[in-house]
Parts: sequence; structure tokens; C-alpha cells
Amino acid sequence: MNRSVITLANLSKDKILYLIKMSEEFERHPNRRILEGKIVATLFFEPSTRTRLSFETAANRLGARVIGFTDPKVTSSTKGETLHDTIKMVSNYADVIVMRHYLEGAAQYASEITEIPIINAGDGSNQHPSQTMLDLYSIYKTQGHLDNLHIYLVGDLKYGRTVHSLLMAMRHFNPTFHFIAPKELEMPEEYKIYCKNNQINFVEHTNFNEDIIADADILYMTRVQKERFTDLMEYERVKDSFILSNHMLRKAKDNLKILHPLPRLKEINMDVDSNPHAYYFEQAHNGVFARQALICDVLNISLEEIINDKTIIN
Amino acid sequence: MNNKEEMKVSALRDGTVIDHIPSNKLMAVVNLLNLEHVNAPVTVGYNLKSKKMGKKSLIKIANRFFTDEEINQLSVVSPNVTLSTIRNYEVVEKKQVKMPDDLLGIVHCANPKCITNNEPMKTLFHVVDKEKGILKCHYCEKEQYLETAKLI
Repeated sequence: MNRSVITLANLSKDKILYLIKMSEEFERHPNRRILEGKIVATLFFEPSTRTRLSFETAANRLGARVIGFTDPKVTSSTKGETLHDTIKMVSNYADVIVMRHYLEGAAQYASEITEIPIINAGDGSNQHPSQTMLDLYSIYKTQGHLDNLHIYLVGDLKYGRTVHSLLMAMRHFNPTFHFIAPKELEMPEEYKIYCKNNQINFVEHTNFNEDIIADADILYMTRVQKERFTDLMEYERVKDSFILSNHMLRKAKDNLKILHPLPRLKEINMDVDSNPHAYYFEQAHNGVFARQALICDVLNISLEEIINDKTIIN
Repeated sequence: MNNKEEMKVSALRDGTVIDHIPSNKLMAVVNLLNLEHVNAPVTVGYNLKSKKMGKKSLIKIANRFFTDEEINQLSVVSPNVTLSTIRNYEVVEKKQVKMPDDLLGIVHCANPKCITNNEPMKTLFHVVDKEKGILKCHYCEKEQYLETAKLI
């Protein structure tokens, strides 16, 4: 059976909690030789330095060797080679393939043409499961659990795939979501239907201020990008309405943490960075542990083996 | 039926009659069943009179029988098509097409950024709502309506 990770949307509650436990073990002991002798291929058909470095760090800290490319311009795909042939070729060399692609469904297709497990590191605007995994792990780590949380999603809720994936992965944990977005970028109807079908509570807000966010456990900020707007006057009108500043956190709950998939532009004022509620840089750090868990899971290494691992380097 | 009516389409000894095809979908049915490449005699009736439909088309294929899977593909172009299996001039079975759970290699994905529009590969759709005819691409996960879907 191919153990590829293409999306987290279909994972059971138990599997999600299992992967979180695994991430926890890796945070406790990130440096090991458990993947010694394994080769991880990172195929980035679209550049994404942050995701690639995180995956490569995860693999390297477990003793694996990494091959791959960081820029499709240097590969045969510019000569017209099909994705099919590239995957077939790399399958001869690697034990697991981490791939980023600008086309939607590319990772799913790749997983059907090779026996080697594929980890989707982003396929166009479709899925980005390792980001979702690190979001879940960050929420779990900062709140101590995933249950009954008030999660505020702010910014681009229309195109932001990370918020869609998070919404779907959280369905097992009775969350209440709060959607805060400009009209043009509001949560698409299909996800509201998804919420209704899965008994996920959600509230929509039009304003973003300290009173609205006073009940939040998690404030998940995303970029509001100019190029997403068809109406540039609308962009000018709203661009400053979805910015988080330090003074807006006066009424925040003690346990509130602010997440952001990064890179951040102006949507979080720099004066928030030193606030203890700010968590976005640690969140990125958690990505290494979450990716270590995903790599080991697709290679059929169990949580038990990781707990009893004799290859830990202190 | 008088003799003149009968002469429009010759009788079939063994084979399949596909009836009640909307005339504008005739070529789509021919393509879907790959009838251009069969050796057996094929009789096509175009714009025939129909009590139910006004005008209809039908296809008779001699010595050829279809699996349910092949037949159900037709529901994509025309959900009301009927099929009769003929043996020794007798109708031995009449079937209505059913919408299948999956459509393999039949319709295009409407998403230009879908891998299926950029690789030499077959498309695959899951029929998520048979009544409304909503298809979900197995690859890019985008949904589209069967009504507006483009056939391959």
C-alpha cells in the first residue's frame, strides 16, 4: 500500500493525534540516525525556499541524505519531460519523494505512478498538508489539546489554502471558527457548506478589532495580497482594516496565540513580535518536527519505534 | 408500424440498439462507444420521429454487446438513453443507463491549472451528486457540473 501524504483532509482523529505525538517525540529529540541509509528526494517544480529548507532540515536531522532540485529551470521539465517520466526516474534513486508543484493534483498523480511514497509539499492552490500538520501541532502545543477551541481566521479566506485545510483537519475537535475577511476574499460558500455538513460552528465578522478577538484561543492571520483583488479601489479601502497591531491585544485571553503561515507582509505589525501572544516564528520551527513525523510515517516507521529509538544523538 | 416506417432502419439479428438519443448528442455517443473503429455493421438513424422526444436518433450495432460500465458512460451525454439487447431478432433485455460513481477519461477538467490538462493522462472524476450532476476532479479536487462539462 502506498503511504503517500497528499492531503490531511481525510485523516481520522486518531491518525492526527498519532502524528502530533510523533512530532512531540521529534521535538524532544530532533537529532537521530533513524533514517541513516535512506535517501529523500526534494523535487521543487516551483521554488519555495522556506518549505524546502524545513523538509531538508527534517531529513538531515534524522540522518537521511537529500537529493533533488530547487528550481525547475535546471531540470528536464524545461525540455518538455513529463511529470510522469521525472517521477519514474527519481523513483529509481530515492526512498521518499517530497514534491512541490505549481499544478493542482500533481502530487496525487505522482503517487499513482510510483511505489515510492510521495509527500505533497504544495500543489498549486490545492493542498499543503505539511503546513496543516505544523499548524495542528502548534495549536496542540500551545493549548495543550485541540478540543473546543475558538479559532479566528483573518485575511484572505478565499484563496488561502492553509485556512481551508486547517478548517477540514479540525473537524474532529469541535472547534468554533470565526471568519474575518474583506468582502472580496470571504470564505467560499463550499467551505461554509462543509462546516454545516460536519457540525463545525462558525461565525462571520465584518470588523477586526480588540473586542471581536477578545474570545480567541488562536488568531490565524494570512496575507491580504493586492493581486487577489479584481477591484483595486476595494483593496485600497480594506488594506489597512485587517492589520493586527499590539494595542488590539489588550483584551486577549492569556492562552491566545497568533499564528501565520509566513511570509508575513504588513498584516501583522512588527510591534506584535515581542508580545508573548506572538507565536509565528516558533510555529515555523515546529514545521521541522511535523515534517520529521510525516517523513517517518510514510516510510512505515511507527511511533513506538520512534519512542524506543536507539539512534538518538544527544 | 407500417412497412415504410420499418424500412427506415433495418432489422437486427444479434446486437445492441441504442435508442432515444437526442439528435444533437448522436456524435458524442458514437465517440464514447468508439464506434468509428468497430468492424461490425452499424446503422445510424438520425432525426427520426419520436412520440416522446419529437426527434430522436438511434444506433444499431450488429454482433456487439456492451458491459454495464461501457453503457453507463453514456449517461454523461444523455441520461435517458435506452439500450436493447437483441438475440435472434428478439429483444432479450432492455436497460436504462445509470450514472456511474466515477468517470474515467470522459470529460475534461475545467481547471486550467489541473495536472490532467498538462500531462498526457486520463482524467478521473467522482460523481459527488448524481441528481444535480456534480463532478469532483480526482486530482485537483475542483467541482464542476456535468451539464457544462466538456467531453474529451
